[in-house]
Amino acid sequence: MTDAPISRRVLLASVAGTLGALALDRAGMAQVPGQAPTVPPDPTKAPGAPLSELGQRSPFERPRRIAVGSGQGSSLAPLQDLVGIVTPADLHFERHHAGVPTIDPHRYKLLIHGMVERPQVFDLNALKRFPAVSRLHFLECSGNGSASYRGIRPNLSPQLIDGLTSTSEWSGVPLALLFREVGVKPGAKWFLAEGEDAAVMSRSIPMEKAWEDALIAYGQNGEALRPEQGYPARLFLPGWEGNANVKWIRRIEIADRPFMTREETSKYTDPLGDGTARMFSFVMDAKSIITFPAYPVILHDRGWWEIGGIAWSGRGRITRVDVSTDGGKQWEPADLQQPVLPKCHTRFRYLWKWDGRETTLRSRAVDETGYVQPTLEQLRNARGLGTAYHFNHIRAWRVQGDGTVVFGLEG
Amino acid sequence: MRGTVAGLVLALAVGGSCRRDGGATYGFGKAATPADVSAWDIDVMPDGTGLPPGSGTAPQGAAIYSHKCAACHGPTGTEGPSERLVGREPRQGFPFGSDPRWVRTIGNYWPYATTLYDYVNRAMPLNAPGSLKPDEVYSLVAFLLWRNEIVADSAVMNARTLPRVVMPARDRFVVDKRRGGREIR
Repeated sequence: MTDAPISRRVLLASVAGTLGALALDRAGMAQVPGQAPTVPPDPTKAPGAPLSELGQRSPFERPRRIAVGSGQGSSLAPLQDLVGIVTPADLHFERHHAGVPTIDPHRYKLLIHGMVERPQVFDLNALKRFPAVSRLHFLECSGNGSASYRGIRPNLSPQLIDGLTSTSEWSGVPLALLFREVGVKPGAKWFLAEGEDAAVMSRSIPMEKAWEDALIAYGQNGEALRPEQGYPARLFLPGWEGNANVKWIRRIEIADRPFMTREETSKYTDPLGDGTARMFSFVMDAKSIITFPAYPVILHDRGWWEIGGIAWSGRGRITRVDVSTDGGKQWEPADLQQPVLPKCHTRFRYLWKWDGRETTLRSRAVDETGYVQPTLEQLRNARGLGTAYHFNHIRAWRVQGDGTVVFGLEG
Repeated sequence: MRGTVAGLVLALAVGGSCRRDGGATYGFGKAATPADVSAWDIDVMPDGTGLPPGSGTAPQGAAIYSHKCAACHGPTGTEGPSERLVGREPRQGFPFGSDPRWVRTIGNYWPYATTLYDYVNRAMPLNAPGSLKPDEVYSLVAFLLWRNEIVADSAVMNARTLPRVVMPARDRFVVDKRRGGREIR
Protein backbone atom coordinates (compact mmCIF):
# COMPACT_ATOMS: atom_id res chain seq x y z
CA MET A 1 0.00 0.00 0.00
CA THR A 2 2.71 2.49 -0.89
CA ASP A 3 0.57 4.21 -3.47
CA ALA A 4 -0.91 7.49 -2.34
CA PRO A 5 -4.58 7.94 -3.09
CA ILE A 6 -4.91 9.60 -6.46
CA SER A 7 -7.51 12.33 -6.49
CA ARG A 8 -9.67 13.28 -9.43
CA ARG A 9 -7.67 16.47 -9.71
CA VAL A 10 -4.36 14.61 -10.01
CA LEU A 11 -5.80 12.47 -12.75
CA LEU A 12 -6.95 15.63 -14.51
CA ALA A 13 -3.51 17.12 -14.08
CA SER A 14 -2.00 14.08 -15.74
CA VAL A 15 -4.22 14.60 -18.73
CA ALA A 16 -3.39 18.31 -18.88
CA GLY A 17 0.29 17.53 -18.45
CA THR A 18 0.43 15.71 -21.73
CA LEU A 19 -0.43 19.02 -23.39
CA GLY A 20 2.58 20.78 -21.90
CA ALA A 21 6.27 20.05 -21.89
CA LEU A 22 8.02 17.97 -19.28
CA ALA A 23 9.52 20.41 -16.83
CA LEU A 24 11.92 20.68 -13.94
CA ASP A 25 10.39 21.69 -10.64
CA ARG A 26 11.85 24.47 -8.50
CA ALA A 27 14.17 22.10 -6.68
CA GLY A 28 15.58 21.06 -10.02
CA MET A 29 14.30 17.52 -9.86
CA ALA A 30 12.89 16.07 -13.00
CA GLN A 31 9.21 15.36 -12.54
CA VAL A 32 7.22 13.20 -14.84
CA PRO A 33 3.73 14.66 -14.98
CA GLY A 34 1.35 12.49 -13.04
CA GLN A 35 4.11 10.39 -11.46
CA ALA A 36 4.15 10.70 -7.69
CA PRO A 37 7.37 11.48 -5.80
CA THR A 38 8.76 9.10 -3.21
CA VAL A 39 6.30 8.76 -0.34
CA PRO A 40 7.06 7.03 2.98
CA PRO A 41 4.87 4.04 3.70
CA ASP A 42 3.48 5.85 6.76
CA PRO A 43 4.13 9.63 7.06
CA THR A 44 3.51 9.43 10.81
CA LYS A 45 6.56 7.25 11.30
CA ALA A 46 9.26 9.54 9.92
CA PRO A 47 10.09 13.24 10.45
CA GLY A 48 8.74 15.50 7.75
CA ALA A 49 10.53 18.01 5.56
CA PRO A 50 12.23 20.99 7.26
CA LEU A 51 11.21 24.64 7.21
CA SER A 52 11.78 26.57 4.01
CA GLU A 53 12.13 30.21 2.99
CA LEU A 54 9.81 29.84 0.07
CA GLY A 55 6.86 27.50 -0.02
CA GLN A 56 6.17 25.26 -2.97
CA ARG A 57 3.21 23.41 -4.34
CA SER A 58 2.76 19.80 -3.43
CA PRO A 59 4.63 17.75 -6.02
CA PHE A 60 1.35 15.95 -6.57
CA GLU A 61 -0.16 19.15 -7.95
CA ARG A 62 1.08 20.35 -11.32
CA PRO A 63 -1.28 22.99 -12.69
CA ARG A 64 0.20 24.67 -15.75
CA ARG A 65 -0.59 27.51 -18.12
CA ILE A 66 -0.77 26.61 -21.80
CA ALA A 67 1.12 28.97 -24.10
CA VAL A 68 -0.36 30.01 -27.42
CA GLY A 69 2.03 31.60 -29.91
CA SER A 70 5.79 31.81 -29.69
CA GLY A 71 6.53 33.68 -26.49
CA GLN A 72 4.73 36.87 -27.40
CA GLY A 73 1.19 35.62 -27.67
CA SER A 74 -0.73 34.53 -24.64
CA SER A 75 -0.84 31.78 -22.05
CA LEU A 76 -4.05 30.37 -20.63
CA ALA A 77 -4.87 29.81 -16.97
CA PRO A 78 -5.86 26.23 -16.05
CA LEU A 79 -9.45 27.04 -15.01
CA GLN A 80 -10.36 23.39 -14.53
CA ASP A 81 -7.63 22.96 -11.90
CA LEU A 82 -8.63 25.97 -9.78
CA VAL A 83 -10.95 26.18 -6.78
CA GLY A 84 -12.45 29.28 -5.17
CA ILE A 85 -12.19 32.61 -6.96
CA VAL A 86 -8.54 33.69 -6.67
CA THR A 87 -6.06 32.72 -9.38
CA PRO A 88 -2.59 31.92 -8.05
CA ALA A 89 -0.32 34.67 -9.38
CA ASP A 90 1.96 32.20 -11.16
CA LEU A 91 -1.03 30.79 -13.03
CA HIS A 92 -2.60 34.13 -13.97
CA PHE A 93 -3.06 34.24 -17.73
CA GLU A 94 -0.55 36.20 -19.81
CA ARG A 95 -0.91 38.38 -22.87
CA HIS A 96 2.11 40.31 -24.08
CA HIS A 97 2.71 42.21 -27.27
CA ALA A 98 6.51 42.18 -27.15
CA GLY A 99 7.53 39.94 -24.28
CA VAL A 100 7.96 40.59 -20.57
CA PRO A 101 10.33 43.49 -19.82
CA THR A 102 12.73 43.49 -16.89
CA ILE A 103 12.30 46.78 -15.03
CA ASP A 104 14.48 47.90 -12.12
CA PRO A 105 12.08 49.09 -9.41
CA HIS A 106 14.68 51.59 -8.18
CA ARG A 107 14.76 53.26 -11.60
CA TYR A 108 11.04 52.96 -12.28
CA LYS A 109 9.11 56.20 -12.86
CA LEU A 110 5.56 57.10 -13.81
CA LEU A 111 5.22 60.38 -15.73
CA ILE A 112 1.84 62.17 -15.77
CA HIS A 113 1.60 65.13 -18.12
CA GLY A 114 -0.56 66.73 -20.81
CA MET A 115 -3.63 68.70 -19.74
CA VAL A 116 -2.52 69.06 -16.13
CA GLU A 117 -1.53 71.97 -13.90
CA ARG A 118 1.56 70.25 -12.53
CA PRO A 119 3.25 67.60 -14.71
CA GLN A 120 4.90 65.18 -12.32
CA VAL A 121 7.06 62.10 -12.05
CA PHE A 122 6.33 59.50 -9.37
CA ASP A 123 8.84 56.84 -8.40
CA LEU A 124 7.69 53.56 -6.89
CA ASN A 125 8.17 54.73 -3.31
CA ALA A 126 6.09 57.81 -4.05
CA LEU A 127 3.27 55.68 -5.46
CA LYS A 128 3.35 53.44 -2.39
CA ARG A 129 3.21 56.44 -0.05
CA PHE A 130 -0.27 57.41 -1.21
CA PRO A 131 -3.28 55.99 0.65
CA ALA A 132 -3.70 52.52 -0.84
CA VAL A 133 -6.61 50.23 -1.58
CA SER A 134 -6.88 46.48 -2.20
CA ARG A 135 -9.69 45.01 -4.26
CA LEU A 136 -10.56 41.60 -5.69
CA HIS A 137 -11.30 41.83 -9.41
CA PHE A 138 -11.17 39.64 -12.46
CA LEU A 139 -9.00 40.56 -15.42
CA GLU A 140 -9.95 39.15 -18.81
CA CYS A 141 -8.53 39.46 -22.30
CA SER A 142 -11.28 40.59 -24.65
CA GLY A 143 -10.33 37.80 -27.07
CA ASN A 144 -11.22 35.19 -24.45
CA GLY A 145 -13.71 32.61 -25.68
CA SER A 146 -12.92 32.96 -29.38
CA ALA A 147 -12.33 29.21 -29.69
CA SER A 148 -15.98 28.66 -28.73
CA TYR A 149 -17.41 31.16 -31.24
CA ARG A 150 -16.52 29.77 -34.66
CA GLY A 151 -14.57 26.81 -35.92
CA ILE A 152 -15.68 25.06 -32.74
CA ARG A 153 -14.29 21.60 -31.97
CA PRO A 154 -15.31 19.07 -29.30
CA ASN A 155 -11.90 18.66 -27.63
CA LEU A 156 -11.83 22.07 -25.95
CA SER A 157 -11.12 22.32 -22.23
CA PRO A 158 -12.17 25.20 -19.95
CA GLN A 159 -8.54 26.35 -20.13
CA LEU A 160 -8.52 26.41 -23.93
CA ILE A 161 -11.87 28.20 -24.12
CA ASP A 162 -11.73 30.73 -21.29
CA GLY A 163 -8.22 30.59 -19.84
CA LEU A 164 -7.67 34.29 -20.57
CA THR A 165 -9.46 35.31 -17.38
CA SER A 166 -8.07 35.38 -13.85
CA THR A 167 -8.97 36.95 -10.50
CA SER A 168 -6.51 38.56 -8.10
CA GLU A 169 -6.49 40.86 -5.14
CA TRP A 170 -5.00 44.02 -6.65
CA SER A 171 -3.36 46.63 -4.41
CA GLY A 172 -2.37 50.12 -5.40
CA VAL A 173 -3.22 53.79 -5.45
CA PRO A 174 -6.48 55.10 -6.92
CA LEU A 175 -5.65 56.88 -10.15
CA ALA A 176 -8.04 59.64 -9.01
CA LEU A 177 -5.58 60.52 -6.24
CA LEU A 178 -2.72 60.90 -8.72
CA PHE A 179 -4.87 62.93 -11.11
CA ARG A 180 -5.86 65.24 -8.30
CA GLU A 181 -2.20 65.52 -7.37
CA VAL A 182 -1.25 66.79 -10.83
CA GLY A 183 -4.38 68.93 -11.23
CA VAL A 184 -6.43 67.96 -14.27
CA LYS A 185 -7.34 70.92 -16.47
CA PRO A 186 -10.93 71.60 -17.56
CA GLY A 187 -11.84 69.95 -20.84
CA ALA A 188 -9.78 66.81 -20.24
CA LYS A 189 -11.66 63.79 -21.61
CA TRP A 190 -9.14 60.98 -22.25
CA PHE A 191 -5.77 59.83 -21.06
CA LEU A 192 -3.14 57.79 -22.85
CA ALA A 193 -1.69 54.92 -20.81
CA GLU A 194 1.68 53.73 -22.10
CA GLY A 195 3.84 50.80 -21.03
CA GLU A 196 7.58 50.35 -20.72
CA ASP A 197 7.66 47.12 -22.71
CA ALA A 198 9.23 46.73 -26.14
CA ALA A 199 5.84 47.44 -27.77
CA VAL A 200 5.51 50.63 -25.70
CA MET A 201 1.92 49.40 -25.60
CA SER A 202 -0.56 52.27 -25.40
CA ARG A 203 -4.30 52.77 -25.04
CA SER A 204 -6.63 55.76 -24.68
CA ILE A 205 -8.91 55.63 -21.64
CA PRO A 206 -11.88 57.91 -20.82
CA MET A 207 -11.22 60.13 -17.79
CA GLU A 208 -14.46 58.94 -16.16
CA LYS A 209 -12.86 55.57 -15.48
CA ALA A 210 -10.08 57.26 -13.50
CA TRP A 211 -12.60 59.05 -11.29
CA GLU A 212 -14.67 55.88 -10.92
CA ASP A 213 -12.37 53.03 -9.90
CA ALA A 214 -9.06 52.85 -11.84
CA LEU A 215 -5.90 51.94 -9.93
CA ILE A 216 -2.20 52.12 -10.44
CA ALA A 217 -1.61 48.66 -9.02
CA TYR A 218 1.68 47.46 -7.57
CA GLY A 219 0.40 44.48 -5.60
CA GLN A 220 -1.17 41.16 -6.57
CA ASN A 221 -2.40 38.55 -4.12
CA GLY A 222 -0.43 39.93 -1.19
CA GLU A 223 2.92 40.59 -2.88
CA ALA A 224 4.46 42.65 -5.64
CA LEU A 225 3.04 42.22 -9.13
CA ARG A 226 4.47 39.37 -11.16
CA PRO A 227 6.67 40.54 -14.06
CA GLU A 228 4.11 39.04 -16.46
CA GLN A 229 1.45 41.18 -14.81
CA GLY A 230 3.26 44.49 -15.09
CA TYR A 231 5.94 44.68 -12.40
CA PRO A 232 6.51 47.10 -10.83
CA ALA A 233 3.24 48.92 -11.62
CA ARG A 234 0.32 48.66 -14.01
CA LEU A 235 -2.94 50.35 -14.82
CA PHE A 236 -5.91 48.40 -13.52
CA LEU A 237 -9.40 49.14 -14.83
CA PRO A 238 -11.95 46.93 -13.02
CA GLY A 239 -14.26 45.13 -15.42
CA TRP A 240 -12.61 46.46 -18.57
CA GLU A 241 -10.90 44.44 -21.30
CA GLY A 242 -7.43 43.26 -20.40
CA ASN A 243 -5.53 45.14 -23.09
CA ALA A 244 -6.60 48.52 -21.69
CA ASN A 245 -5.07 47.59 -18.32
CA VAL A 246 -1.64 48.71 -19.51
CA LYS A 247 1.19 46.83 -17.81
CA TRP A 248 4.60 48.25 -16.83
CA ILE A 249 2.97 51.67 -17.06
CA ARG A 250 5.46 54.50 -17.40
CA ARG A 251 3.53 57.41 -18.90
CA ILE A 252 0.06 58.92 -18.73
CA GLU A 253 -0.82 61.84 -20.99
CA ILE A 254 -4.11 63.63 -20.44
CA ALA A 255 -5.90 65.09 -23.48
CA ASP A 256 -9.26 66.26 -24.75
CA ARG A 257 -9.61 63.42 -27.30
CA PRO A 258 -8.48 59.84 -27.85
CA PHE A 259 -5.07 59.15 -29.38
CA MET A 260 -6.19 56.41 -31.80
CA THR A 261 -3.34 53.99 -31.16
CA ARG A 262 -2.96 50.75 -33.08
CA GLU A 263 -4.47 48.74 -30.20
CA GLU A 264 -7.73 50.73 -30.27
CA THR A 265 -8.15 50.94 -34.05
CA SER A 266 -6.70 48.03 -36.00
CA LYS A 267 -6.93 45.77 -32.92
CA TYR A 268 -9.45 45.53 -30.07
CA THR A 269 -12.26 46.88 -32.23
CA ASP A 270 -15.26 44.67 -32.90
CA PRO A 271 -16.43 44.34 -36.53
CA LEU A 272 -20.21 44.06 -36.60
CA GLY A 273 -22.57 42.42 -39.04
CA ASP A 274 -23.94 45.78 -40.20
CA GLY A 275 -20.71 46.85 -41.89
CA THR A 276 -19.31 48.90 -39.02
CA ALA A 277 -16.79 48.21 -36.26
CA ARG A 278 -17.25 49.05 -32.59
CA MET A 279 -14.49 51.14 -30.99
CA PHE A 280 -13.58 51.50 -27.33
CA SER A 281 -15.67 48.48 -26.33
CA PHE A 282 -14.11 48.37 -22.90
CA VAL A 283 -16.60 46.59 -20.65
CA MET A 284 -16.53 42.81 -20.37
CA ASP A 285 -20.16 41.64 -20.38
CA ALA A 286 -21.46 38.92 -18.07
CA LYS A 287 -20.20 35.43 -18.73
CA SER A 288 -20.00 32.02 -17.06
CA ILE A 289 -18.43 28.66 -17.74
CA ILE A 290 -18.82 25.28 -16.10
CA THR A 291 -15.31 24.10 -15.21
CA PHE A 292 -16.47 20.69 -13.91
CA PRO A 293 -17.50 18.40 -15.48
CA ALA A 294 -15.79 19.49 -18.66
CA TYR A 295 -13.49 18.03 -21.31
CA PRO A 296 -11.31 15.98 -20.78
CA VAL A 297 -13.04 14.69 -17.64
CA ILE A 298 -14.69 11.27 -17.70
CA LEU A 299 -17.59 10.69 -15.30
CA HIS A 300 -16.87 7.16 -14.15
CA ASP A 301 -20.17 6.65 -12.38
CA ARG A 302 -23.76 7.77 -12.50
CA GLY A 303 -25.23 9.44 -9.41
CA TRP A 304 -24.45 12.68 -7.64
CA TRP A 305 -21.96 15.08 -9.13
CA GLU A 306 -21.40 18.73 -8.25
CA ILE A 307 -21.41 20.93 -11.32
CA GLY A 308 -19.16 23.90 -10.67
CA GLY A 309 -17.81 26.91 -12.44
CA ILE A 310 -17.17 30.64 -12.43
CA ALA A 311 -19.25 33.63 -13.49
CA TRP A 312 -18.28 37.28 -13.78
CA SER A 313 -19.40 40.61 -15.16
CA GLY A 314 -17.55 43.82 -15.90
CA ARG A 315 -20.68 45.77 -15.03
CA GLY A 316 -20.94 44.76 -11.38
CA ARG A 317 -22.07 41.80 -9.32
CA ILE A 318 -23.34 38.49 -10.57
CA THR A 319 -26.89 38.16 -9.24
CA ARG A 320 -27.76 34.69 -10.53
CA VAL A 321 -26.30 31.77 -12.41
CA ASP A 322 -28.75 29.31 -13.92
CA VAL A 323 -27.73 25.79 -14.81
CA SER A 324 -29.43 23.52 -17.33
CA THR A 325 -28.77 19.78 -17.29
CA ASP A 326 -31.19 18.90 -20.08
CA GLY A 327 -29.81 20.74 -23.08
CA GLY A 328 -31.31 24.14 -22.25
CA LYS A 329 -34.98 23.20 -21.81
CA GLN A 330 -35.12 23.82 -18.06
CA TRP A 331 -32.94 26.14 -15.98
CA GLU A 332 -32.42 26.07 -12.22
CA PRO A 333 -30.53 28.62 -10.12
CA ALA A 334 -27.12 27.48 -8.90
CA ASP A 335 -25.73 28.26 -5.45
CA LEU A 336 -23.43 31.28 -5.47
CA GLN A 337 -20.40 30.93 -3.22
CA GLN A 338 -19.81 33.98 -1.05
CA PRO A 339 -18.26 36.45 -1.39
CA VAL A 340 -20.06 37.71 -4.49
CA LEU A 341 -18.06 40.81 -5.39
CA PRO A 342 -18.51 43.33 -8.18
CA LYS A 343 -16.35 42.79 -11.28
CA CYS A 344 -14.93 39.61 -9.77
CA HIS A 345 -15.08 35.89 -10.43
CA THR A 346 -18.01 34.33 -8.58
CA ARG A 347 -18.00 30.61 -7.96
CA PHE A 348 -21.25 28.70 -8.55
CA ARG A 349 -22.22 25.15 -7.67
CA TYR A 350 -25.13 22.92 -8.60
CA LEU A 351 -25.71 19.41 -7.35
CA TRP A 352 -26.74 17.12 -10.16
CA LYS A 353 -27.75 13.46 -10.24
CA TRP A 354 -26.61 11.97 -13.50
CA ASP A 355 -28.82 9.15 -14.74
CA GLY A 356 -26.18 7.86 -17.15
CA ARG A 357 -27.87 9.18 -20.25
CA GLU A 358 -26.41 11.55 -22.78
CA THR A 359 -27.22 15.18 -22.08
CA THR A 360 -25.85 18.72 -22.31
CA LEU A 361 -24.87 20.99 -19.41
CA ARG A 362 -25.09 24.75 -19.68
CA SER A 363 -24.65 27.75 -17.38
CA ARG A 364 -26.12 31.22 -17.82
CA ALA A 365 -25.00 34.26 -15.82
CA VAL A 366 -27.14 37.27 -14.92
CA ASP A 367 -25.61 40.49 -13.58
CA GLU A 368 -26.97 43.34 -11.51
CA THR A 369 -27.93 45.37 -14.58
CA GLY A 370 -30.34 42.57 -15.56
CA TYR A 371 -28.09 41.46 -18.42
CA VAL A 372 -28.51 37.77 -19.24
CA GLN A 373 -25.61 35.88 -20.82
CA PRO A 374 -26.75 35.38 -24.43
CA THR A 375 -26.82 32.21 -26.49
CA LEU A 376 -24.33 31.70 -29.32
CA GLU A 377 -27.16 32.35 -31.78
CA GLN A 378 -28.16 35.60 -30.07
CA LEU A 379 -24.59 36.86 -30.05
CA ARG A 380 -23.99 35.93 -33.69
CA ASN A 381 -27.24 37.68 -34.63
CA ALA A 382 -26.17 40.82 -32.78
CA ARG A 383 -22.53 40.90 -33.90
CA GLY A 384 -22.08 38.68 -36.95
CA LEU A 385 -20.10 35.49 -37.47
CA GLY A 386 -16.91 37.41 -38.31
CA THR A 387 -16.82 39.63 -35.23
CA ALA A 388 -13.75 39.78 -33.03
CA TYR A 389 -13.43 40.01 -29.23
CA HIS A 390 -16.06 39.88 -26.44
CA PHE A 391 -17.29 36.31 -26.94
CA ASN A 392 -19.50 35.96 -23.85
CA HIS A 393 -22.14 33.54 -25.12
CA ILE A 394 -23.37 30.51 -23.16
CA ARG A 395 -20.95 27.57 -23.17
CA ALA A 396 -22.13 23.95 -23.16
CA TRP A 397 -20.67 20.54 -22.30
CA ARG A 398 -21.97 17.33 -23.86
CA VAL A 399 -21.96 14.44 -21.41
CA GLN A 400 -21.97 11.25 -23.44
CA GLY A 401 -23.37 7.91 -22.39
CA ASP A 402 -19.93 6.50 -21.64
CA GLY A 403 -19.20 9.38 -19.24
CA THR A 404 -16.87 11.26 -21.55
CA VAL A 405 -17.44 15.01 -21.71
CA VAL A 406 -16.80 17.13 -24.79
CA PHE A 407 -17.46 20.76 -25.69
CA GLY A 408 -21.13 20.96 -26.57
CA LEU A 409 -21.49 23.83 -29.01
CA GLU A 410 -21.22 23.35 -32.75
CA GLY A 411 -20.71 25.55 -35.79
CA MET B 1 -2.94 66.68 9.06
CA ARG B 2 -2.36 63.66 6.85
CA GLY B 3 -5.59 62.09 8.02
CA THR B 4 -7.47 65.25 7.13
CA VAL B 5 -5.95 65.38 3.68
CA ALA B 6 -6.61 61.69 3.08
CA GLY B 7 -10.23 62.07 4.09
CA LEU B 8 -10.66 64.99 1.75
CA VAL B 9 -9.00 63.18 -1.14
CA LEU B 10 -11.03 60.02 -0.65
CA ALA B 11 -14.20 62.07 -0.54
CA LEU B 12 -13.17 63.64 -3.84
CA ALA B 13 -12.27 60.30 -5.37
CA VAL B 14 -15.49 58.63 -4.29
CA GLY B 15 -17.73 61.60 -4.95
CA GLY B 16 -16.76 61.80 -8.59
CA SER B 17 -18.76 64.93 -9.22
CA CYS B 18 -16.82 66.90 -6.59
CA ARG B 19 -14.11 69.35 -7.44
CA ARG B 20 -11.19 67.43 -8.92
CA ASP B 21 -8.51 70.04 -8.59
CA GLY B 22 -7.31 72.58 -6.10
CA GLY B 23 -6.89 72.21 -2.39
CA ALA B 24 -4.11 70.34 -0.65
CA THR B 25 -1.84 67.86 -2.37
CA TYR B 26 0.44 65.20 -0.92
CA GLY B 27 3.54 66.39 -2.70
CA PHE B 28 5.01 62.88 -3.13
CA GLY B 29 5.92 63.37 -6.79
CA LYS B 30 8.57 65.51 -8.43
CA ALA B 31 7.93 68.21 -11.01
CA ALA B 32 8.43 66.74 -14.48
CA THR B 33 11.01 68.66 -16.49
CA PRO B 34 10.59 69.35 -20.21
CA ALA B 35 13.37 66.80 -20.73
CA ASP B 36 11.43 64.18 -18.75
CA VAL B 37 8.44 64.70 -21.02
CA SER B 38 10.27 64.90 -24.36
CA ALA B 39 12.25 61.73 -23.62
CA TRP B 40 9.05 59.64 -23.49
CA ASP B 41 6.36 61.64 -25.29
CA ILE B 42 6.30 59.72 -28.57
CA ASP B 43 2.59 59.47 -29.37
CA VAL B 44 1.15 60.79 -32.63
CA MET B 45 -2.50 61.84 -32.90
CA PRO B 46 -4.79 61.81 -35.97
CA ASP B 47 -4.42 65.59 -36.44
CA GLY B 48 -0.65 65.15 -36.63
CA THR B 49 0.14 66.30 -33.10
CA GLY B 50 3.40 64.62 -32.14
CA LEU B 51 4.75 64.06 -35.65
CA PRO B 52 8.45 65.00 -35.79
CA PRO B 53 10.34 66.79 -38.59
CA GLY B 54 11.46 64.54 -41.43
CA SER B 55 10.01 62.97 -44.56
CA GLY B 56 10.07 59.92 -46.80
CA THR B 57 8.69 58.38 -49.97
CA ALA B 58 7.58 54.92 -51.04
CA PRO B 59 10.73 54.13 -53.07
CA GLN B 60 12.86 55.04 -50.06
CA GLY B 61 10.58 52.94 -47.87
CA ALA B 62 10.78 49.94 -50.21
CA ALA B 63 14.50 49.55 -49.55
CA ILE B 64 14.05 49.78 -45.78
CA TYR B 65 11.09 47.43 -45.92
CA SER B 66 12.95 44.68 -47.75
CA HIS B 67 15.84 44.99 -45.32
CA LYS B 68 13.99 45.30 -41.99
CA CYS B 69 10.38 44.18 -42.43
CA ALA B 70 10.03 41.61 -45.22
CA ALA B 71 11.41 38.72 -43.17
CA CYS B 72 8.29 38.81 -40.99
CA HIS B 73 5.66 40.43 -43.22
CA GLY B 74 6.65 38.97 -46.60
CA PRO B 75 8.21 40.55 -49.72
CA THR B 76 5.02 42.47 -50.61
CA GLY B 77 3.36 42.72 -47.21
CA THR B 78 0.91 39.94 -47.95
CA GLU B 79 2.84 36.72 -47.42
CA GLY B 80 3.54 36.72 -43.70
CA PRO B 81 4.43 34.80 -41.60
CA SER B 82 3.54 37.75 -39.36
CA GLU B 83 0.60 40.04 -39.79
CA ARG B 84 -0.63 40.81 -43.29
CA LEU B 85 -0.13 44.53 -43.97
CA VAL B 86 -1.34 45.00 -47.52
CA GLY B 87 -4.77 44.47 -49.07
CA ARG B 88 -7.60 46.68 -50.29
CA GLU B 89 -10.17 43.99 -51.01
CA PRO B 90 -13.08 44.06 -50.66
CA ARG B 91 -13.41 47.52 -52.16
CA GLN B 92 -17.15 47.59 -51.62
CA GLY B 93 -18.56 47.41 -48.14
CA PHE B 94 -16.93 46.47 -44.87
CA PRO B 95 -17.91 42.83 -44.39
CA PHE B 96 -15.51 41.87 -41.58
CA GLY B 97 -18.28 41.42 -39.02
CA SER B 98 -20.37 39.14 -41.19
CA ASP B 99 -17.65 37.18 -42.98
CA PRO B 100 -14.65 35.87 -41.05
CA ARG B 101 -12.74 35.03 -44.24
CA TRP B 102 -11.64 38.62 -44.83
CA VAL B 103 -8.25 39.52 -43.37
CA ARG B 104 -8.04 42.98 -41.83
CA THR B 105 -5.16 45.03 -43.26
CA ILE B 106 -3.89 48.59 -43.22
CA GLY B 107 -5.65 49.26 -46.50
CA ASN B 108 -9.05 47.87 -45.65
CA TYR B 109 -9.33 48.39 -41.89
CA TRP B 110 -6.98 50.98 -40.33
CA PRO B 111 -8.93 54.25 -39.84
CA TYR B 112 -6.00 56.69 -39.41
CA ALA B 113 -2.71 56.99 -41.31
CA THR B 114 -1.05 58.67 -38.33
CA THR B 115 -1.46 55.45 -36.34
CA LEU B 116 0.96 53.82 -38.78
CA TYR B 117 3.66 56.32 -37.89
CA ASP B 118 2.93 56.00 -34.19
CA TYR B 119 3.03 52.20 -34.19
CA VAL B 120 6.00 51.61 -36.49
CA ASN B 121 7.97 54.19 -34.54
CA ARG B 122 7.23 52.73 -31.12
CA ALA B 123 7.17 49.00 -31.72
CA MET B 124 8.86 47.99 -34.98
CA PRO B 125 10.86 46.15 -36.08
CA LEU B 126 10.16 43.48 -33.50
CA ASN B 127 13.84 42.65 -32.98
CA ALA B 128 14.92 46.30 -32.68
CA PRO B 129 11.92 48.35 -31.52
CA GLY B 130 12.33 52.11 -31.41
CA SER B 131 15.42 51.99 -33.62
CA LEU B 132 14.06 53.71 -36.73
CA LYS B 133 14.84 57.37 -37.48
CA PRO B 134 11.95 59.72 -38.40
CA ASP B 135 12.92 59.70 -42.11
CA GLU B 136 12.88 55.89 -42.06
CA VAL B 137 9.47 55.77 -40.39
CA TYR B 138 8.01 58.30 -42.83
CA SER B 139 9.47 56.27 -45.71
CA LEU B 140 7.99 53.01 -44.44
CA VAL B 141 4.62 54.66 -43.89
CA ALA B 142 4.73 56.05 -47.45
CA PHE B 143 5.64 52.61 -48.77
CA LEU B 144 2.82 50.87 -46.90
CA LEU B 145 0.27 53.49 -47.96
CA TRP B 146 1.43 53.15 -51.55
CA ARG B 147 1.33 49.35 -51.44
CA ASN B 148 -2.26 49.66 -50.18
CA GLU B 149 -3.10 51.96 -53.12
CA ILE B 150 -3.89 54.90 -50.86
CA VAL B 151 -1.13 57.34 -51.97
CA ALA B 152 0.95 57.64 -55.16
CA ASP B 153 4.49 56.29 -55.19
CA SER B 154 5.72 59.87 -55.56
CA ALA B 155 3.88 61.10 -52.45
CA VAL B 156 6.11 62.64 -49.79
CA MET B 157 5.01 61.81 -46.27
CA ASN B 158 5.82 64.32 -43.57
CA ALA B 159 4.18 66.04 -40.60
CA ARG B 160 2.03 68.13 -42.93
CA THR B 161 0.92 65.52 -45.48
CA LEU B 162 0.42 62.41 -43.37
CA PRO B 163 -2.55 63.71 -41.29
CA ARG B 164 -4.30 64.62 -44.57
CA VAL B 165 -4.28 61.05 -45.86
CA VAL B 166 -7.84 59.73 -45.70
CA MET B 167 -7.91 56.02 -45.01
CA PRO B 168 -10.58 53.91 -46.78
CA ALA B 169 -12.05 52.62 -43.49
CA ARG B 170 -12.06 55.92 -41.63
CA ASP B 171 -15.84 56.28 -41.36
CA ARG B 172 -16.59 52.66 -40.53
CA PHE B 173 -16.07 52.91 -36.77
CA VAL B 174 -18.89 53.46 -34.30
CA VAL B 175 -19.15 54.04 -30.56
CA ASP B 176 -19.93 51.22 -28.16
CA LYS B 177 -23.65 51.24 -27.38
CA ARG B 178 -23.65 48.30 -25.00
CA ARG B 179 -25.10 49.45 -21.68
CA GLY B 180 -25.97 46.28 -19.77
CA GLY B 181 -29.62 45.48 -19.12
CA ARG B 182 -31.71 43.11 -21.20
CA GLU B 183 -30.54 44.05 -24.67
CA ILE B 184 -27.91 41.99 -26.46
CA ARG B 185 -25.80 44.26 -28.64
